[in-house]
Amino acid sequence: MAQPLRTRRDLLRLLILISPSLLWLVIFFLLPLLLVFAISFGQRGTYGGVQWTPTLANYARLLDPLYLRIFLRTLFIAGTATVLCALIGYPMAFFIATRPARWRNAFLLLLVIPFWTNFLVRMYAWLFLLRDNGPINVLWTEGIHAAVAWLAAAIPAPFWEPLLQATSTPLRLFGTDGAVIVGLVYAWLPDMVLPCYAAVERLDPRLVEAAQDLYATRVRAFLRVVLPLTRSGLITGSVLVFVPCVGAYVTPDLLGGARTVMIGNVIYSQFMMARDYPFGSALSFVLMALMLVATVAYFRLGGEGGRGRG
Amino acid sequence: MAEYAVELRNVSKFFGSVAAVRNVTLGIREGEFFSLLGPSGCGKTTTLRLIAGFELPTAGEVYIGGELQGDTPPYRRPVNTVFQNYALFPHMTVYENVAFGLRMRRLPENEIRRQVHEALEMVRLSGLERRRPRELSGGQQQRVALARALVNRPRVLLLDEPLGALDQKLRRAMQLELKNLQQQVGITFIYVTHDQEEAMTMSDRIAVMDQGAILQVGTPAEIYECPASRFVADFIGETNLLEGKVVEVWDHHALVLVDGARMVCGAVPEGVRVGQRVTVAIRPERISLHAQPPGPLAIPGIVRDVVYTGADIRYMVRMADRVTVLVRSPNTGNGSTPHFLRNETVYLSWRPESARLLVA
Repeated sequence: MAQPLRTRRDLLRLLILISPSLLWLVIFFLLPLLLVFAISFGQRGTYGGVQWTPTLANYARLLDPLYLRIFLRTLFIAGTATVLCALIGYPMAFFIATRPARWRNAFLLLLVIPFWTNFLVRMYAWLFLLRDNGPINVLWTEGIHAAVAWLAAAIPAPFWEPLLQATSTPLRLFGTDGAVIVGLVYAWLPDMVLPCYAAVERLDPRLVEAAQDLYATRVRAFLRVVLPLTRSGLITGSVLVFVPCVGAYVTPDLLGGARTVMIGNVIYSQFMMARDYPFGSALSFVLMALMLVATVAYFRLGGEGGRGRG
Repeated sequence: MAEYAVELRNVSKFFGSVAAVRNVTLGIREGEFFSLLGPSGCGKTTTLRLIAGFELPTAGEVYIGGELQGDTPPYRRPVNTVFQNYALFPHMTVYENVAFGLRMRRLPENEIRRQVHEALEMVRLSGLERRRPRELSGGQQQRVALARALVNRPRVLLLDEPLGALDQKLRRAMQLELKNLQQQVGITFIYVTHDQEEAMTMSDRIAVMDQGAILQVGTPAEIYECPASRFVADFIGETNLLEGKVVEVWDHHALVLVDGARMVCGAVPEGVRVGQRVTVAIRPERISLHAQPPGPLAIPGIVRDVVYTGADIRYMVRMADRVTVLVRSPNTGNGSTPHFLRNETVYLSWRPESARLLVA
């Protein structure tokens, strides 16, 4: 922890040391934020732009069930993506952390290699994969359909008919919430794996042995020792995944189809299509405040277990 | 009641093609303080892990209390371990650490409280229940690890170099404390260490290991006085190892020619022949130095170096052309052992039984 500042000189030295980062934050973060905050109380001009007549109308409009629904939907999609990331990423982190040392870096490299490709390109790739005539559906309507047809001919049974019907039309993958969630999980999985990996790697395997030595079965050793000691990684990973998922805009735009599914898209359309800067600002600000509250609450929750870390 | 608390029969453990433990057969008696002693990598920790159940033997059988363990997992074995560096749970308090095993066995909470307090009292840690492990000193952590294992009243307590992380002074104190504790609770202790002095201080019996095999099992005195091999003689305490050739054998005695000097050895094992190449092992404190030859068998030498260590004086004596021996002479201060200076001529003598003839 920082030492208490004893003299005025200490304070001055501190100010000098942090001034570059402070300056950066003020110019590129705090000022724009204040600007957004100010605009959110303005009104939309007739031809776009902002009229500076203070009003709370933009915030009142947020209470419209339409926007509430989108907020809830956004939280649901982001939450599901986060949970899925945790369910996939935590075991993955364990797998990597328990490999021999020389393999670990190779696996971590494999994990981040997709990041070398542009995000948009990777989302387009998912679009191609999931669309009606994409490879998954080709396999479904041709490969699997043919296999079912062949089996139906070989072994007559009543249950083949609905299967044949199902495989004759493409699965509706593209343009669903599911597609958005798949895209988000894919995009943010490494952000879950890396903090989990860091936590798991720090875990002394002898603690697990100690638990087993003290009559804990594998499951109980995991729940009583492994999970509490790696919780900080799961919490950090969850925040790192959840926050960008809530604000996601490209992924739902590309994979969610024509419908506006998430709050990010609403904000985008307010700024770029409706040119209603004040309302877009109000939306942004509420979103940010929500995430801030959620993140702080979440870290508080994790703080209890995090203290135990040696 | 089984004859042995722990018994290993022809146990081997391979990691890939590397043998960590080779064909070990060992019986550890009920209530015994037993040490596995050897240099690092000799397989002593693996042997301990085979008993605890963290490793399963590639071949052979492990019995605890007469029961074959097979692939019984660690949590079903009636043993507890004190780990090297303790492996205390960092996210739990001292109390929770000690209570862990009892909780896993689902004892009632008031019973747990009573036993935890009793265990903490036994290791003199009462009052530190609410502390976290990292708020404790190394010695205190060590006691918590001990209490955490002993509170479960295991049939056998396994200790893996438990004092390795402590400083010398604390180590000495803990050695005696551990020994007292063991006698107090009457539990069989199996103690892994690379420190021969530690093993000698505490153990009822010691198994000396090297390269995965057990070389000798015996009481500290047996191992020190009658080492069965060159390795054991060299590993346990200081010893002079002199290469020579047998020139005469009679009635458990032998005359060995070591670089021109003729040495008499007692307690010679059966089967030693004239002409055989052997090693003579003599402890430095068993050699006495004289200004005049005390008898016809005394060997002349020249003092090459004198080192004063306080409790005793160490002489390096050139005995023959190439052979130099270490002699330790107690600093009695009453003139019962004469002092010599560098380059003085001296005569070495010893009881024949003190010169051990080793063929391995």
